[in-house]
Amino acid sequence: MSQLNLDQGQIDRARESARRIAHRVFDDMSQYTTTTVERATLRLMGVDGVDDNQIPLPNRLVSHLQEQGLLQHGAAAVVAGAMAEHSLGAQQIAEAVAAGKLVLARPKSDKTARQSAEAIAARMCEHVAAQRAFRAQQIEKVGEARTPWLYLIVATGNIFEDIVQARAAAEQGADIVAVIRSTGQSLLDYVPYGATTEGFGGTYATQENFRLMRAALDEVGAKIGRYIRLTNYCSGLCMPEIAAMGAMERLDMMLNDSMYGIIFRDINMKRTFIDQFFSRMVNAYAGIIINTGEDNYLTTADAFDAAHTVLASQLINEQFAYISGLKPDQMGLGHAFEINPDLENGFLWEVAHAQLVRQVFPEACLKYMPPTKHMTGNIFKGHVQDALFNVVSTLTGQNIHLLGMMTEAIHTPFIQDRFLAIQNAKYVFGTMRDLHEEVEFRAGGRIERRAQEVLGETVGILADIEKIGLPAAIGRGTFADISRTMDGGKGLDGVIAKSPDYYNPFPDLMLAGAN
Amino acid sequence: MSANMNKHLTEAVAENWVKPYGDTMNDGRVQLSFTLPVALDENAKEAARQLALEMGLDEPSVVHAEDMGQGFSFYVLYGQCKHRVDLSRIKVAKPEFETLDKDGINALIAEKMGRKMVVVGACIETDAHTVGIDAIMNMKGYNGHKGLESYHEVRAINMGAQVDSEELVARAIEERADVILVSQVVTQKNIHLDNLTRLSDLLEAEGIRDRVILVVGGPRISHELAKELGYDAGFGTKSYAEDVASFAIHEWTKRHAA
Repeated sequence: MSQLNLDQGQIDRARESARRIAHRVFDDMSQYTTTTVERATLRLMGVDGVDDNQIPLPNRLVSHLQEQGLLQHGAAAVVAGAMAEHSLGAQQIAEAVAAGKLVLARPKSDKTARQSAEAIAARMCEHVAAQRAFRAQQIEKVGEARTPWLYLIVATGNIFEDIVQARAAAEQGADIVAVIRSTGQSLLDYVPYGATTEGFGGTYATQENFRLMRAALDEVGAKIGRYIRLTNYCSGLCMPEIAAMGAMERLDMMLNDSMYGIIFRDINMKRTFIDQFFSRMVNAYAGIIINTGEDNYLTTADAFDAAHTVLASQLINEQFAYISGLKPDQMGLGHAFEINPDLENGFLWEVAHAQLVRQVFPEACLKYMPPTKHMTGNIFKGHVQDALFNVVSTLTGQNIHLLGMMTEAIHTPFIQDRFLAIQNAKYVFGTMRDLHEEVEFRAGGRIERRAQEVLGETVGILADIEKIGLPAAIGRGTFADISRTMDGGKGLDGVIAKSPDYYNPFPDLMLAGAN
Repeated sequence: MSANMNKHLTEAVAENWVKPYGDTMNDGRVQLSFTLPVALDENAKEAARQLALEMGLDEPSVVHAEDMGQGFSFYVLYGQCKHRVDLSRIKVAKPEFETLDKDGINALIAEKMGRKMVVVGACIETDAHTVGIDAIMNMKGYNGHKGLESYHEVRAINMGAQVDSEELVARAIEERADVILVSQVVTQKNIHLDNLTRLSDLLEAEGIRDRVILVVGGPRISHELAKELGYDAGFGTKSYAEDVASFAIHEWTKRHAA
C-alpha cells in the first residue's frame, strides 16, 4: 500500500505525550468508584430485574448500600457475604433488600466474603469467555466480510421492527448492525428492563433487546453465510452496566469513548473517566471492538481546522484503551469525512486525514464516518458526497465503514435509503478494490504536506495538553470547541471515594485475561 | 405608494397556474421512488404503477424495480402530474422584517434598547442534538455566519441540549431574557410538537409569555408551524444568527413602540 512520508519521531512523541496524559488521569481517578460501576459489578454477579415501580434491582441494591454507608467498601464483598450468611443467591439478596426484608451489613469475615465474591465473578468471566469463544467459532464457521465492513444503523424505536430492518439490512449486505438507542438514554442513571417497543430516534438499550437482536442476527448470518456484528451504545451515565450486559449477550462492538459523554452530553468528567475505565475493561475481556467518537468533534468544529484535535484525541483514546486491556484490533478509533464540499481540494484533504490516521494506527480497527454536517436535503448531491466518502474509505484501507445516507438531515433512514447506500458502497469498493496498490502519493505533494502539517499540529496540541492536564484542556474547549469543568455536569453525585479496603473482584480477573 | 397599493387591492388577482416541468411547459413530469413491503414480481410491479395512478400521475412508468430481500421491493417511477396550483392564491406566512448584518443589528440594539439584548437558548427535553442551537448561538456560528455570542450587543446564553423546559424557563427568568430560543431537531413521532407546546404552556403558567420573544428553530420547523404553536417566529434550514437577531430586535422594537 502506498504510504505517506511521515516522521516516525513525531508520531512517537505524540504517542508518549498521550500515554502520560492518560496515565495521569487514571492515577487521579483510581481512588474513586461510581454507583454504576457497582451496579455493573452486581449485574455481573447475577443481579437483574426490576421492582414494582420498574426500578432496576441493581439500582435498589446500590442505593441500599449507600444508605447503609457501605458502598465505599465495594458492593461485591458485602453482597457475597450476605449470600453466604443467608444461603441465598445474588438475585434473592437483591429481591429481599428491595422488599425491605433484609438490611445488609459488613460481612462477618471479609476474607471469606472476598473469596466467595471472587468465585462468583470467576463464573461470570467463564460465561463471558465462552461467549467470546463462541463468536470466534461462528466467524470461523459462517465466515465474515472483508473490510471495510459495512456498518448500518436501525432506529425504528421498536425492537421488533428493528429486527425486521436489521435482517433486511444484513441480507442486502450490511456486515455490522447498530441499534440506535432512544434519545436521552445516555442521561438515565439506570438501564431500562425487558423488550421495549418505544423510544424516540431509537429504542432503549436493554439486556433483553440485546439478546433478541443477537439471536436474529445469528439466524440471518447463518442463512447468508456471513457473521453479522451487533453494535450498541456503551456511553452515558451507565457505561459500565451496558458493557456488562453486552458482554453477557455477545455484542460485538460498542460505542465507548473516554471523553464523548463529558463533551457532548455534559456528563461529569470524574464520573466519565472512572466509568470508561471499567466499561472498557469489560469490553476488552469480552472481545468487543470499541468505537470512539472523534467524528463528533467535526460536527461542531471545522473538519479542516480541527483535524489535529481528532488525531490528538485518538491517541488519548488509544492510551486509555491500553490501560483497560484493549488490544489494537479492538480499537475502532473514529474519524469522519466532514470537510465542507465547497472547499477547493477538500477531497485531497480528506484523503490526507484518512491516510494519516491509517498510518499512525496501522493495527487499529478504524471507524470511518460519513458526511452529516454538510448534507443538505438535496438527496442527489448527498448520494454523490457519500460516493466520494466511499472512495476515501477503500483507498485508505479503513475497517469499519459507517454507511452514508442520502437522506441524512431529513429523517431516520427508510429501508430504501439503506438499500441504496449499500449499493453505492459495494459499487465503489468493488470497482476500486485494488486502486490503492496502483497509485502512489506524490512525495512532497499536497496530500503528503497536509498530513505532515496535521501531524505536526497534533504533537503541539498534545504537548500543551500534557502541560496543563486533560481536565484543564477540556475546560479550555480543546475538543469540539466545547468547554467542561471537573465539577460540572451530570452524575457527580454518583462518584464515591473508595475506602482503603475497597474490593472488586473483576479488575484482577479481567485485566489478566484480556488477550 | 399607498395609491398603488389601493389600486392593487381592487384589481382581480391574475391567475398563475403551475405544475412540474420536465422538458416541455406543463408536461407535469415528476419522478418518485418507494418501497413496497412485498417481494418483487410482475404483480408487485403493476401495483407500483397503479399506486402512481392513484397519486394523480398520468401515464406512470416503472423505470426500475428491484427485489430487496426479506419481502421488500424498490421502485423508481416517472409520470405526469395531473394537478396544478394557482400561485397567485398562495400566501405563506413568514416573519416580516429585514435581515440586517451583524454591525447593523448591534447598532439597532444599541439605539433601540440602550442595553444588551439577552438571549437564552436550548435544545429542550430529550432532544440531544446541539448542532442547531450551536449554529445560531456559538461564537463560531455556521457556514461563515458568526453566532450570537460574537455580537457585542447580545448576551447569549446557550444551555446546550437535553434541557428541561422548567430549567430553561427558570434560567430565562433569572437572566431577564428578552428572547428565548429553542431548537428541536428530533421529530420522530412528532415529539417536537409535544415539547414545544409544553414549553409555551409553561411560559403562560409562569405569566411571562408576553414578556419574552419566543423563537423556535430546527430542520423541520416553519414559521407557519411556529405561529400555530403560539411562538413568535420559526426558522428552518438556511437560517443564521443574523436572521434570528434581526427578527428579535424588530419584534422588540414593535412591542415597545406600542
